[in-house]
Amino acid sequence: MNVESMIAERVKEVPPSGIRKFFDIASEMEGVISLGVGEPDFITPWNVREACIYSLEKGMTCYTSNWGMPELRKAISCYLSRRFGLEYNPKNEIVVTVGASEAIDLALRAILNPEDEVLIPDPSYVAYMPCVHFTGAKAIPVECRPEDEFRLIPEKLEEKITSKTKALILPYPNNPTGAVMTREDLEAIAQVLRRTDIIVISDEIYAELTYGYKHVSIASLPDMKERTIVINGFSKAFAMTGWRVGYAAGHPALISAMVKIHQYTTLCAPIMAQVAAVEALRKGFEDGFASVEYMVRQYNMRRKVMVNGFREIGLECYEPKGAFYVFPSIKKTGMTSEEFCEKLLRDQKVAVVPGNAFGASGEGFIRCSYAYSIDNINEAIKRIGNFLKKIL
Amino acid sequence: MVNEILEILNEDSRRTPEEIAVMLGTDVETVKQKIEELERNKVIVKYNTIINWDKTDREYVTALIEVKVTPQRDQGFDAIAERIYKFPEVKSVYLMSGDYDLAVMVEGRTMKEVAFFVAEKLSVLDSVLSTATHFVLKKYKVEGVVLEDEEKDYRQVIVP
Repeated sequence: MNVESMIAERVKEVPPSGIRKFFDIASEMEGVISLGVGEPDFITPWNVREACIYSLEKGMTCYTSNWGMPELRKAISCYLSRRFGLEYNPKNEIVVTVGASEAIDLALRAILNPEDEVLIPDPSYVAYMPCVHFTGAKAIPVECRPEDEFRLIPEKLEEKITSKTKALILPYPNNPTGAVMTREDLEAIAQVLRRTDIIVISDEIYAELTYGYKHVSIASLPDMKERTIVINGFSKAFAMTGWRVGYAAGHPALISAMVKIHQYTTLCAPIMAQVAAVEALRKGFEDGFASVEYMVRQYNMRRKVMVNGFREIGLECYEPKGAFYVFPSIKKTGMTSEEFCEKLLRDQKVAVVPGNAFGASGEGFIRCSYAYSIDNINEAIKRIGNFLKKIL
Repeated sequence: MVNEILEILNEDSRRTPEEIAVMLGTDVETVKQKIEELERNKVIVKYNTIINWDKTDREYVTALIEVKVTPQRDQGFDAIAERIYKFPEVKSVYLMSGDYDLAVMVEGRTMKEVAFFVAEKLSVLDSVLSTATHFVLKKYKVEGVVLEDEEKDYRQVIVP
C-alpha cells in the first residue's frame, strides 16, 4: 500500500509550517539566543500550581462536564464581565476548551460548510488558515499594512466580502504584529458587519497584554454580541500555556453546536488544568489581578527596550500596543524574511521568526518576541546590530 | 514612576539611568534626578549584592538570636536595639511580636566565635533578660532570591 497516498487531500494541501525549518536548525545549534517564542517566560504563579497539586492529592482525576466545570464557567463569566464588560450566562453561553486553539477549531467547524469563505487579517497567527482549510471552507486573507499600524481597515475588509463570506476571524491584540484595535477601529468594522450575516470569531487571547491602552472586545459594541464568538484562554494572561485551558463565549446556539463537536472529540479539558484555572481567577478577583498587572509592567519595559534597541540599530518598526511581539521591517536589507532569518541564525545565532510565516503581508518583516529577560533582549539586539553592519 | 524605578533597581541595582529611562519611556535626566532624590531621602539605603557565600571558601556561620529585653522608659526598645546593632558582628535587628522582642542576626567565622559574642557581649547588656541562639544550617532563599535555583527555560526555541 502507498501509505502516503492515503493522506486526505485537505491535509496534503496545507503547506508545512514555515517555522518548522528554523526550529530544526536552531534546536541543533549551541548558544542560540532566541526571540522566537510565542509564550510567556513567566512560570505559572505558585498558588495556581499548588491548587493543582492539591486537587491531585485529593484524587480529582475524573472527567468534567462537557461544557467545563460549573465553577470555572461561573468564574469565567464573572471575569469577562469585570475585565471587559461582557455578559455571558455560564450555563449555556460558555464552553471550556483545550486551549484557545481548540475553541478556534470548534468555532470554525460549528459554522462552516464547504465552499464558505472566512476572512482573516494578514499577517495573523499561523493556525487560522489551516483550520479553515481542514473544514473544506476557503480562507481569504485581508491585507493589513504597516502604515495602518497593522489594524484591520474597513475598506479592505469590505473589498473581500462576498455572498459566500461566513465568518471573520478578528485576532487582536495581534500575533505577530502586536497591533490592537481601538473602540473606534472596531466600531468601523462593526458598521460593515452589521449589514451582513457574518459571524465574528474574536480571538482575544492577548486581551490582558496591552500597553497604555485597555482592550475592547467587539462583542461589547451594540448589536455585535449575538454574531460574535469570543475566544480567550489562560495561556497568555496567567502564564499557563502548557496547561491548555481556553474557552469560547457566545450565543447559546453557537456554543451548543461547538459543544456537540467538543463532546465527541475531546470530551472535556483536563480536570487538573480546569482546577488550576479556577484558582487563577479566584486569586485574580481577590487581589485585583495583581500578578497579571505585574507581568504587563514587565512586558511593557521590555517592549520599550526592544523598540528602542531596534531603532538604534536602524531597524524600522512601529510601536506595538499589545501582545509581546515587535514586528520590524527588514525590507532595506533586500532579503526575504526567510533569507534574513536563516542568515541571522547561522551568522549570529539569533532565532527570530520570518514574518511571511504569518501570511503574505508579513513578507519583509520579522517577528521578535520580548517574552525574555532584558539582558537576553539586549544581547539579541546587539547581535542583530552586528549582522546588519555586515550586510548593509 | 518612583515605584517603577525602585522595582527595577530592586531587581537589579546595576541598571543604569540610561537603561531605566528606556524601560520607562522617559528621559535620562528625570531618572537621575529621581534616583538622587531617593538616595538623599534614604529610600534607597544602599546598593547591595546577594552572594552565595557557601560557594566560596570563606568560613562563616550565621545565627538567629532571639533576645528578650526590658524596654526602657521614654525610649522603648530603640535604645537597646541601638546598643545591639552597633556591633559589627550584628547583621540585622528586627523588633518582633510574639515570644521574644528582638531578632538579631549575627555572623561570625565559627560557631564558637558567635557563641562567645552572645555570652560576652549580648547577654551581659543590662536590659537583656535572655537569649536563645539558633545557627543557620543552610540558606535556601535570601531577599526573595532562591540561591541554588538553576532556572531552566523549558520553552521550545521557536513557538508560533
